[in-house]
Amino acid sequence: MSKRKFNVVNKPLRKIDAMTLALGKPSYVGDFKPNDALIIKMLGSPHAHARITSIDISEAEKMPGVHCVLYYGNVPRIVHTTAGQGYPEPSPYDTFMFDSKMRFVGDRVAAVAAETEKIAEAALKVIRVEYEVLPPVLRIQDAMKDGAPIVHDEPEARAVIPVPYEPKKNMAAQVDMEIGELEKGLAEADEVVDFQYYNHYGQHCPIEPHVSMAHVDRENRIIITTSTQVPFHCRRIVAQTLDIPVRQVRVIKPRIGGGFGVKQEIVLEDVVAMMALRTKRPVYWEYTRAEEFVSSRTRHPMLMRLRMGAKKDGTITGIGLDCLSNTGWNGSQGLTVVCNSGSKMLPLYRCDNIHFNGTVVYTNLPAGGAYRGYGATQAAFAFESAMDEMADKIGMDPLEFRSMNHIKSGDTSPVFRALGEGREGVDQAITSCELARCIKAGAREIGWKRRKPHTAKKGRYRRGMGMACLMQGSAIPEIDMGAATLKMNEDGSFNLLMGATDLGTGSDTVLAQIAAEQLGTTLDQIIVYSSDTDMTPFDVGAYASSTTYLSGQAVQNVAQKVRKQILKVGADMLDCKASELTVEDAKVIKKQGGGEVSFSEIALHSMYSSNQFQIGDISSKIVHHSPPPFAAHFAEVEVDTLTGAVRVIKYVAAADCGTPIHPKLAEGQVEGAVMNGICYALTEEYLFNDKGRMLNPNFGDYKLYTMSDLPEMKTILVPSYEKTGPYGAKSIAEIGINGPLPAIANAIHNACGARIRTGPFTAEKVWRSLQAGGELPFEEGH
Amino acid sequence: MNMKSITFTLNNEKRSFDIEPDETLIDLLRRSGYTGTKLGCDTGMCGSCAVIIDGRIVNACILFAFQVDGRTVETIEGVGDFDRPHPLQTAMADAGAVQCGFCTPGIIMAAKALLEQKPNATEEDFNRHLDGNLCRCTGYVKIKEALLSCSSATGGQS
Repeated sequence: MSKRKFNVVNKPLRKIDAMTLALGKPSYVGDFKPNDALIIKMLGSPHAHARITSIDISEAEKMPGVHCVLYYGNVPRIVHTTAGQGYPEPSPYDTFMFDSKMRFVGDRVAAVAAETEKIAEAALKVIRVEYEVLPPVLRIQDAMKDGAPIVHDEPEARAVIPVPYEPKKNMAAQVDMEIGELEKGLAEADEVVDFQYYNHYGQHCPIEPHVSMAHVDRENRIIITTSTQVPFHCRRIVAQTLDIPVRQVRVIKPRIGGGFGVKQEIVLEDVVAMMALRTKRPVYWEYTRAEEFVSSRTRHPMLMRLRMGAKKDGTITGIGLDCLSNTGWNGSQGLTVVCNSGSKMLPLYRCDNIHFNGTVVYTNLPAGGAYRGYGATQAAFAFESAMDEMADKIGMDPLEFRSMNHIKSGDTSPVFRALGEGREGVDQAITSCELARCIKAGAREIGWKRRKPHTAKKGRYRRGMGMACLMQGSAIPEIDMGAATLKMNEDGSFNLLMGATDLGTGSDTVLAQIAAEQLGTTLDQIIVYSSDTDMTPFDVGAYASSTTYLSGQAVQNVAQKVRKQILKVGADMLDCKASELTVEDAKVIKKQGGGEVSFSEIALHSMYSSNQFQIGDISSKIVHHSPPPFAAHFAEVEVDTLTGAVRVIKYVAAADCGTPIHPKLAEGQVEGAVMNGICYALTEEYLFNDKGRMLNPNFGDYKLYTMSDLPEMKTILVPSYEKTGPYGAKSIAEIGINGPLPAIANAIHNACGARIRTGPFTAEKVWRSLQAGGELPFEEGH
Repeated sequence: MNMKSITFTLNNEKRSFDIEPDETLIDLLRRSGYTGTKLGCDTGMCGSCAVIIDGRIVNACILFAFQVDGRTVETIEGVGDFDRPHPLQTAMADAGAVQCGFCTPGIIMAAKALLEQKPNATEEDFNRHLDGNLCRCTGYVKIKEALLSCSSATGGQS
């Protein structure tokens, strides 16, 4: 670790928008809704799988106050993906704005735009639809069986990159990789574990649901204001879906009320754009909470088989991971999520024989999408549970077993090259890894030395400890691009214009800190604007743990260029060479002999005095590495053996994110991710009836934790210095959510001997497992 | 439409509004420019729309507007501004407790209502009183830290 001294970076300054938001100033899409906006409401399919045999919208169209009704009969039929990813997208093209085939309960039948919400809702009730109901696919393991109903039988469905795609078999993607020879590795082992794990449906639950509005301006351009993590992908996909040029679309992202990946998807924008174009009125569409659960996106449920072989001395001889992923009614992010299940966990421990298979299937259930952790969450559950199961078998402490095997600085892994995002990956050596120190610090904090085997525990309430090690990435190497524009104002302040999207993470602040550090000024001198496709340069958007690492480097680059310009003007003014100067405290100063000019004087000089020009520049960045952040998580739980109820007593997350550009925000990312993960592990669950309808799409029946559920939580940032990152930084936002499933599962086992391999870990499951002597017959879900 | 007129005190100002009989308080507030009160679930389960009515915390999404006729309503807009932020607002901003910020107004209103009744509120009091406020970003750690710092029990002022 390098002990560099910073002025702005690595300081817990006030987040630049914090007070604005705490004051309740208009900030989000809904706060800008014009009072004359038409309200959009969507009629959802009552069937999980059906074909519309007839539809009559005439009565709805005639209703006073109704301005437009859209359905498959009056919109272009253009196949596309809703996944907000780079072009060409690794997700299959399998979605239409509207279709005559219904693929899940809630699928788009018809949309109404009306003067009021009440009129729109009344109009939906008079749309007459007849369906031919088809048998649905409602279980992950039924999807590829012979004779299974076909979710995507339309001829247009296709993959746009060369990857296996067989919609006629309900197969949305497949990836297979072998390094060495798994069977040989397992044969060499003293012990083998071979278990199935299932992680369940879960939703991001941003407190602001999806919301978009649009209007057509005087030049017939469509202006979309939307809560999106991917404004530029949104612009491209909306243009594609409406069959209009990209130049006709402008996407503005105001503040986002939480995203966590779910807003990396084009969910509302195609319809609001089309409605605005048709009605020439401002239109507004906001999902209800129930629609948010069912019709936006979810975490891909996965049925996983994890095989591991190890010698008695702790050497891992073989790892096999098979993931069967349920992508629901569309293939959004299906391939890349499952690729990450392999690529973000398999390099974590040294092993010569690795096999990975990811198979993604369509079902008639809600669609998977990007969700914080992005496949790594799923794999971490299987992998880190199995690490404990193996440690038990070979009689090693799980902490020791992990410590002797985990990847370290200077190591590489063949997985990095073998597995990318929908294509081959990129070779890399680990240049910063403080996982060993994370383990040590976390173990000390939780009191790992107190840990006793479950057989030594008695009584109704039993406590146990579990741990998990984790890694993620920082951006997608050779694919993701971010850019930033920086220009100087008369008072020495700067406008920083970025396509990067702050979804609450604080990236506007973090990126402004990087600019201020490079420019030698203070945070309050940086005016951030993000994002607006007309105004800000391109950025892929907020996903893949990329913003600090990737967009941060774009900002650092542009600030370097602007700093040079400032020094050059300073040299003219001070009549010396630029090399004799430096920047400090918003001034250009001579390194020796005295003499200085303020940034304001420099800006005024460059604008009004001589050789006038705008001090400013634009810079882009792609990255060639994706340095993983690392973490060690520890959970202490108490199990009530009478009821099976699990309570988390204490949770410790020790994370290495390189230099935390903003330590408080970095802690906040860990704490938020961990709490989300704990809640997902213990209570969050989609309940479906036998027709594929979700039964609990509300916060009363889908339990999110509140402040009173918060266990003692300790976050430890263990700094490293990632030399490829901006000021040594790596990512932090996603990794934290991957720990709670395995750490809590391991802690439950350590408390009472019950091994739970399907989420969530409800009291019922734990109790039944205890009744069965710790082992519950494996029950897979959807 | 069958409009009805109501009058109530909104952020210390007597105001009259024409409302529809089944209009909710949140719809009235938001269409009248009081957009600091957020709609998160529309079923009274997330607390983003929390406002203070006659000193008590209430979810504005499940209250009809006519029910506040003659009463006193306080929204986030009445709590503070850039030049005179409420200590809770300053504490939330400084603690790093504002991530996406969508739940923040509701949390501040709930905490304010509690501290007005009980200036020396304890951790237990905050836990109980804010049990109706969901935050998905922060994990509540820094929110709790911010709120506790405003209790006189920790030497804070609200």
